Amino acid sequence: MSTVVDVRRAPPRRRSIARRKATDLVIKTFSWIGAWFGIAVMAFIVYEVVRRGAGALNVAFFTQATPQDVTSNAGGFANAIVGTLAITAVAALIAIPMGFLGGVYLAEFGRNGHLATAVRMIANVVMGVPSIIVGVFAFAIIVKPFQHYSGFAGSVALAFIMLPVMARTTEDILNLVPNELRESGLAMGAPRWKVTLGVICKAARGGLITGATLAIVRVAGETAPLLFTALSSPYWMTGLFGPGGFFGGPVANLTKTIYDFSGSPYPHWQQLAWGGALVIIIAVLGMNILVRLLFQRGKQW
Amino acid sequence: MSTVELDAQQGPGAPRGAAKAAPRGRRLGLGDPIFRGLATICGITVAVAMFGLAIVLVYDSWPAISGLGTKVITTVAWSPTEHKYGALAALAGTALSTFVAMVIAVPLALVIALLLVELVHPAVSRVVGTAIEMLAAIPSIIFGMVGIFVIVPWVQDHLVPWLTSGPLGSVPGIKPGSQFQGGGMSIFTAGVVLAFMVLPFITAVSRDVLKMVPQVTKEAGYGMGSTTWEVMRNISLRYANSGIVGAVFIGLGRALGETMAVAYLIGSVYTDIPRSLFDPGTSIASLIAQQFSEATDRIQVSALIELGLILFIITVLFQIAAQAWLRRVQRATGGRA
Repeated sequence: MSTVVDVRRAPPRRRSIARRKATDLVIKTFSWIGAWFGIAVMAFIVYEVVRRGAGALNVAFFTQATPQDVTSNAGGFANAIVGTLAITAVAALIAIPMGFLGGVYLAEFGRNGHLATAVRMIANVVMGVPSIIVGVFAFAIIVKPFQHYSGFAGSVALAFIMLPVMARTTEDILNLVPNELRESGLAMGAPRWKVTLGVICKAARGGLITGATLAIVRVAGETAPLLFTALSSPYWMTGLFGPGGFFGGPVANLTKTIYDFSGSPYPHWQQLAWGGALVIIIAVLGMNILVRLLFQRGKQW
Repeated sequence: MSTVELDAQQGPGAPRGAAKAAPRGRRLGLGDPIFRGLATICGITVAVAMFGLAIVLVYDSWPAISGLGTKVITTVAWSPTEHKYGALAALAGTALSTFVAMVIAVPLALVIALLLVELVHPAVSRVVGTAIEMLAAIPSIIFGMVGIFVIVPWVQDHLVPWLTSGPLGSVPGIKPGSQFQGGGMSIFTAGVVLAFMVLPFITAVSRDVLKMVPQVTKEAGYGMGSTTWEVMRNISLRYANSGIVGAVFIGLGRALGETMAVAYLIGSVYTDIPRSLFDPGTSIASLIAQQFSEATDRIQVSALIELGLILFIITVLFQIAAQAWLRRVQRATGGRA
């Protein structure tokens, strides 16, 4: 087996140089094919969504609520877009400050202590918990006690998913800031919180913004946690409370509506679903590429 | 060297300690304890949230655990109208679709990681790596839609007829089983789409792990006259083998819990264990997705939550195992080389 690592255990097997080079070439070829294949799959998905969804994007799509009448060709996804924005924004309001402070704790205070090590480990584990289970959890703690579905329950589910992502990203980014910055701030007599927020986080702000944006974008396309929390609705969200409000009842959202419409037998509804998919893919990939381009520098010290 | 990202243990410990010992602000005595306390609370919340989740799942699945006993995981009859909740078919479907996904994704991820680390210029590597990572950014529901509208018809109209009419048609596992519905919506299709969903995760972790192999060790191999592949197989993969295991486990955990794409593609047959790759089936996550909001029977809700609990435990175990294996590489290579 081994020709290099352990000479004592495995005497070199004699193989012709031509054969070794041929094997090498085969593996290298497979590597290239594999990488191109991966990229091709990515391109294929984008191509299919654009091809099938572009026709759905018109003024009505962005101004009208989801249709209830299967025979007409009217209707759009505007209520679902508004709902997704609201649900995601509230999730971000909950998870980003908490996740940020949690990350500050891990990077600046807890570091290698037992508690911080445990928190870090658990955060990594939570990031791997399937999102559908988070949906079940939000159902159990919000929907069940209040006896109704709500946009807020969806936000809680999404916030749960964002929290560990935000904490670990913040920690990783703060760890990149050179210690000299911390030391010089403290040497000036500034209190720790001022050094952390005013010096370290300021120095790392590009990375922090990237991290927060990617965390938001990551949950914006989630469907499973919303299936039995925000549910879906053919109506516009009406304010905060009451049966049509954010806290009071089901809220239309893009992903669940796409799921419902793509499974319907009506061509117009399927077309709308592809339009919704295109909006999501543009938003998600666009934001991903944008923050990477804008703040690439923030990650390199 | 200040780019220690993965583990502060190996990081520049001494200067950090100095920072800690530096004098703190004395003029405003309250700011620091409050800030520190707030940060600590938020940190702990991240951990507490997971225990909260576990407790809620156990509590809400208790009616099913105590009422149905082991029937949920040992019988295949899932029929809410008859109050039968055997989810063995979902467990089998989860395992089979994940297996198909890993068989495709792991070798593919490894050759791509090899390319990214050893074969191309770092700039090219970053572009290709980012393109593969973008696969992870595509929402699950879009994989599901492309799967159902594009891949399913192709599998059903071309792949399955070609396979079943050829010599492979009678091989067990490919030969259509009793629930066969054309083969489009099947374990196979779900597994193939899952493979591309977990590919970016396995690729990214494998790449990071392979990068940790010290350059001098690899150069020693090249110096002995090894080819790139020989260095990869005999040095890098050996050096980093526990990290590769970690990468595979991370991918496994993802594949097991993936919901929307599988719900679209696996065929939603709840009552029979699939006998062939091209049979339809169901998975734990897609069963929950499809039945939870419509479940009216209290025991049905509880049984679905019990399935969620089982899935939670499995994915947490895989995550913990993955973290443990990845830490072994970090310790062996001293963080990042």
